[in-house]
Amino acid sequence: MPHLAVSGVRASYGALEVLKGIDLTVEKGGILSLVGPSGSGKSTVLRALMGLTPITGGHVEIAGERMDYSSARAVREARDRMAIVFQQYNLFQNMTVGQNVTLAPTKIKRRPKDEVEAQARRLLTLVGLGDRYNSYPDQLSGGQQQRVALARALALDPQILLLDEVTSALDPELVNEVLDAIRKLADEGMTMIIVSHEMAFVREVADQVAFMDDGEVIEAGPPALILDTPDSQRARDFFGKILRH
Amino acid sequence: MNYRFQFGVVWDNFGALLEGALLTFQLGVIAFGGGAIIGLICATLKTYGPWPVRALVNTYVVFITNTPALIQIYFLFFGLPEVGIRWSNEACLLIGLTLNAGAYLTMILRAGFLSVRITELEAGQTLGMSLIQQVRYIIVPHIAKSIYPALANFFIVVLVMGTSVGALIGVDELTGQAINLSAVNYRWLEYFTVVAGMYVVLTLVASIGLALLGRWAFRVKARIF
Amino acid sequence: MERIIEQLPRFFSGPNMLLLLEAAGLTLGMTIVGCLIGFALAFVLVFLRQTPGLIWFPLRLICILYVEVFRRIPFIVVVYLVLFFIQTVTPNASLFTIAVIAICLYAVAYTADIIRGGLESVPQTQVEAAQVMNLSRLQINLMVVLPQAWPVIIPPAIAFAVSFIKDTALVSQVGVFELAFRGKELNNQGFSGILVFGTIALCYFILSFPLSLLGQHLEKRLATPRGQRRSR
Repeated sequence: MPHLAVSGVRASYGALEVLKGIDLTVEKGGILSLVGPSGSGKSTVLRALMGLTPITGGHVEIAGERMDYSSARAVREARDRMAIVFQQYNLFQNMTVGQNVTLAPTKIKRRPKDEVEAQARRLLTLVGLGDRYNSYPDQLSGGQQQRVALARALALDPQILLLDEVTSALDPELVNEVLDAIRKLADEGMTMIIVSHEMAFVREVADQVAFMDDGEVIEAGPPALILDTPDSQRARDFFGKILRH
Repeated sequence: MNYRFQFGVVWDNFGALLEGALLTFQLGVIAFGGGAIIGLICATLKTYGPWPVRALVNTYVVFITNTPALIQIYFLFFGLPEVGIRWSNEACLLIGLTLNAGAYLTMILRAGFLSVRITELEAGQTLGMSLIQQVRYIIVPHIAKSIYPALANFFIVVLVMGTSVGALIGVDELTGQAINLSAVNYRWLEYFTVVAGMYVVLTLVASIGLALLGRWAFRVKARIF
Repeated sequence: MERIIEQLPRFFSGPNMLLLLEAAGLTLGMTIVGCLIGFALAFVLVFLRQTPGLIWFPLRLICILYVEVFRRIPFIVVVYLVLFFIQTVTPNASLFTIAVIAICLYAVAYTADIIRGGLESVPQTQVEAAQVMNLSRLQINLMVVLPQAWPVIIPPAIAFAVSFIKDTALVSQVGVFELAFRGKELNNQGFSGILVFGTIALCYFILSFPLSLLGQHLEKRLATPRGQRRSR
């Protein structure tokens, strides 16, 4: 049974349909990567899973359990089981790093403060920022903020981690530190969906790659297959453009 | 609450209320227009005048904007007769409102003046434009766009808040009429509710009109709400 | 002119000055109490206005209508309406209470727009990050949005309150013993209008001008707040 199964999911922004029937599966501990041109709907898939963009058709199953996103309870349940890291990190600017990471576990999961704080410090050390517990986001570089965002997402003990182009907003020299952190998580067996432009990283880390364009999944399969020898012309065009950089 | 609403009386006297509304509108327009002229002159003086003139304008603006319009109007209404000037209630209201509006409009217009970059004027100068031409072709279009929302909003303020003060010195604008008519048969609540509604309608019409004017004449997208 | 000079000693007598001082206190007091309560209630209004879901549309509509209507009615009309409405319910209500209620109702409408503007100035991405953590709407507003919205809310809110000092002159009409009322009273006693209202104007000026300068200073100091600095 796949950890996450997306079947025929549709989503719209107003009159514009941005997801036109998406089918995806991820196994437990597996890593699925979504690639494709801008506007293909990759980020929208993640946003829809987290209930930020309304799903207008199809269904989602998490560990075999069907989630009906039209009910608020189901959305809360989905958000409970999954965590997302955004491209723009979206750390709470008015709180310290430590407060960012401990906020949700304390307020939502209602765990005792010492336990939460200990976990926060552990996670921050994991991403290499153990000494920045009391810093504010505007005192950190982009790469550091993104790693805090990772720690913050992990503090919620998610079953599935969604990463939405987490290195795209970073200066090149800061990208690797974030990729290292993600590698560590992959080694520990976290189920992940990664939207990314970093093809070398995708090739290294992903179990499955899905190429999306214009709101649909065009093809999916192991990285080597999709990235090196794609079937569709659109995929070939896309990878051709990327590799020329 | 055992109060029986009787709106019938209000409808009977609706004509008087409409007259009041008309007067309100006229007063608002004249006060705003006069104030705009004062504002334009003062803003120009403040931007280009020598320092004694600027100080004078500043004193005027600061004093008017930090004292209530009501007190300013009382000052004219009760004070002018003492120096022998006997103006009608309406005239006192109008002069007071105009002077009041002038101070606020000076501030608004000056903000608009300051938003024109000096380079635009220099470009005009190098093209051989006289000062008047510069004002007309460079400053005015530029300013119109940036301060039109503030101007339109202030017009509503004058129309509503400014003119209603007249009721307290016996001017028969909309609020004044409400007071007069209520005193006759004590239907205060009904009259004032209807008058409140009339103000809302009046300002909505004015807002929409100003928004349309803005779009047509100045290509400004002004909010109605 | 001679008349004024002749009246000066009688005008600036001890009891008169005491009355004016008391009236100034009342003016300031009404403004502060009314605006503070109005400001607090405005938060509730804005929060209610954001209630999501189709069934809550009437509630949202009421909130919007309240603000739009009360912003378009002159304050004097609001004062009268509150006066008559309260008096049909409780004939013995104090005039001060009535004035404060009228100020509250008015302040709620104006500050609600200021608050809403402030809340909307916080990037939606901050809200989304909190939503995906299952924080409730109240928690998100209190812990994430408001702390970042304060620098945008405070300066216009203070400017509104300071400018409201002038509007309190209108409650003189219902008999509250504030500055404008005392002014008319003194004028009725025979003092020159120029003298009386010039002095009253000065009183308002002394109340309003320093506070408005303070407000402008505060605005400059809040111009680079913590929550909106970009990261390197």
